[in-house]
Amino acid sequence: MAKTSTICPFCGCGCNFYLVTEQNKVVGVEPSPGNPVNKGMLCAKGWNSYEFINSPLRLETPLVRKNGKLTESTWDEALDFTVRRLREIQSGSGSRSLGFLASAKVSNEENYLFMKMARAVFKTNNIDHCARL
Amino acid sequence: MAGLAATFGSGAMTNSINEMDEAELFFVIGSNTTEQHPLIGSRVINAVERGARLIVVDPRDIPLTRYAHMHLRQNIGTDVAVLNGLMNIIIEEGLYDREYVETRTEGFDELKRIVGRYTPRVVEQISGIRADDLMLAAREYARTGKAMLLYAMGITQHTTGTDNVKTCANLAMLTGHVGRPSTGVNPLRGQNNVQGACDMGGLPVVYTGYQKVGDEPVIQKFAGAWGVDDLDKTPGLTITTMMEAADKGDLKALYVMGENPYLSDPDSKHIERALSNLDLLVVQDIFLSETAALADVVLPAACFAEKTGTYTNTERRVQLSRKAVDPPGSARADWEIIQDVCTRAGYPMSYADPSEIMAEINRVTPSYAGITYPRLETGYGLSWPCPNEEHPGTAYLHKDRFSKGLGTFLPCEFKPMAEPPDTEYDFILTTGRMYFQYHTGTMSRRVGILEREAPEPLVEINPEDARKLGIRDRDLVEITSRRGAVKIKAEVTARVPRKVVFSTFHFHEVPINLLTIPAHDPVSGIPEYKGCAVKIRRCA
Repeated sequence: MAKTSTICPFCGCGCNFYLVTEQNKVVGVEPSPGNPVNKGMLCAKGWNSYEFINSPLRLETPLVRKNGKLTESTWDEALDFTVRRLREIQSGSGSRSLGFLASAKVSNEENYLFMKMARAVFKTNNIDHCARL
Repeated sequence: MAGLAATFGSGAMTNSINEMDEAELFFVIGSNTTEQHPLIGSRVINAVERGARLIVVDPRDIPLTRYAHMHLRQNIGTDVAVLNGLMNIIIEEGLYDREYVETRTEGFDELKRIVGRYTPRVVEQISGIRADDLMLAAREYARTGKAMLLYAMGITQHTTGTDNVKTCANLAMLTGHVGRPSTGVNPLRGQNNVQGACDMGGLPVVYTGYQKVGDEPVIQKFAGAWGVDDLDKTPGLTITTMMEAADKGDLKALYVMGENPYLSDPDSKHIERALSNLDLLVVQDIFLSETAALADVVLPAACFAEKTGTYTNTERRVQLSRKAVDPPGSARADWEIIQDVCTRAGYPMSYADPSEIMAEINRVTPSYAGITYPRLETGYGLSWPCPNEEHPGTAYLHKDRFSKGLGTFLPCEFKPMAEPPDTEYDFILTTGRMYFQYHTGTMSRRVGILEREAPEPLVEINPEDARKLGIRDRDLVEITSRRGAVKIKAEVTARVPRKVVFSTFHFHEVPINLLTIPAHDPVSGIPEYKGCAVKIRRCA
């Protein structure tokens, strides 16, 4: 059994808890007693936040739409298709025809990189996320 | 956030969560705190139990009202009038902080002129709050030394959202309630990293740390740091305007990371049409969300437990979350996927791990300059602004001076909601969230206990309205707006006032955003989720 310090993925409180793992599987949650935000407490969502991690419905493979259906593909195929289409649309209709939605659920580093991709690589300020929703 | 940035110079919580333990009064407006921010809600309740006062302003009888000394139940969408009324009384009775107003603010004369029209009687007409109650609340807020104003989306999700925020800020400045411990204006942010996504420049108008996209020195800095020379200098589109542009065919490709606009955005039929109209929809997510199901490419991502990274909570505290397990199948961390896309697009990236990305954020973001991995690895995070590695972080903002210098009163007039009820659509639908579910349910609906506690969507309707319409508890009803109709079970409860119905957007079985109106605040772009006109009938 191991314990890893993480931050709750639900609301904006930012409660700190340990994920309890056994053999690369999350099996429980223990709130951090020392963290000044939650001081050893959690709400019902926090206590149960680990369950969706192990859901059988998690996406495990890239999907590309072929003949109208989302079909399993390799990373190479999915990423090459994504980049080729983004560049085609950019050169055909301009950078302002591209839009990027960042996420209030992923990390700072990932949002930064996503923002950098939109602005430095695809040259558009069309980037937003659902802060408003 | 635009409203607070305009008045104070910074659009975030002015105080830290721990300061709530010392506050003497909480003024909670448009925040169902115990449901949406449970651990902050429990701080408020604990504070009341040790003797703090609590004033709740909310149209619904939210759980926090059980602990409140006063509950002012305003008509939906009348917040500006209510807050102006409070300021009218405070100025009229000489209860405002003259020294603070003179030394730290500008624009008082204009504020006085505008709020002068909002006498208690006028406000009672508009808001339904009794003049006597308004006077009691005004005196108590003005006279308390350590008063914390808390708000959330009940304030922002209106076509007048920015006006509502500015008016909250005006009230706090008028009474000198900003810039001290346990005293300030505190917008509670809804999602685990909504503050961070804003801080990181996930917005059409700013780079990291709210550095504006049109400022030449800012453009030069980022162009230099990123080794590019043709950055877009014009503000981009918000999510709401992106959907409009997609519908018109002007926006042709959309790359969505970890969001589900199909369920979360207003007027779902319009969103579906807009998304279907795209030439390319890329969705990167942990589940096949309703939006991902419409995509051309779906990229499987790691969830929080499967990667290392930092998250910024509602009090501006940046905290490190560590990788506990590997992602399922061939799923990858979002940063690894983005890095691969950029490299394939001819812009090579080779970050070995997220700490290298944070080091770059430190270099280009003054407010995050001192928030480094070595510091985050010990202790419990750092609150921005944290300008260097010796800086301890900032618990409360605007001490001695506002971020922008003087605080600016930006008085607003009351404006009615975009779609008031009429004889045909005679109810107001207001939407929100509940304790056991989260956002569009992508995560929370896959947790057994949460699903058991809140398994189905309900619409709250007042007992008197229900009786008139022949609706009993748990009857199936049809709610119709000018944009669509849904069938949903009724919960007959006095939690909602008469002529108001309430529901949530957690459940894909009843996508409540089929009904909501895309009318939005002109500055922030936030849609008016808190009110649109509907009609309701019992299904035969």
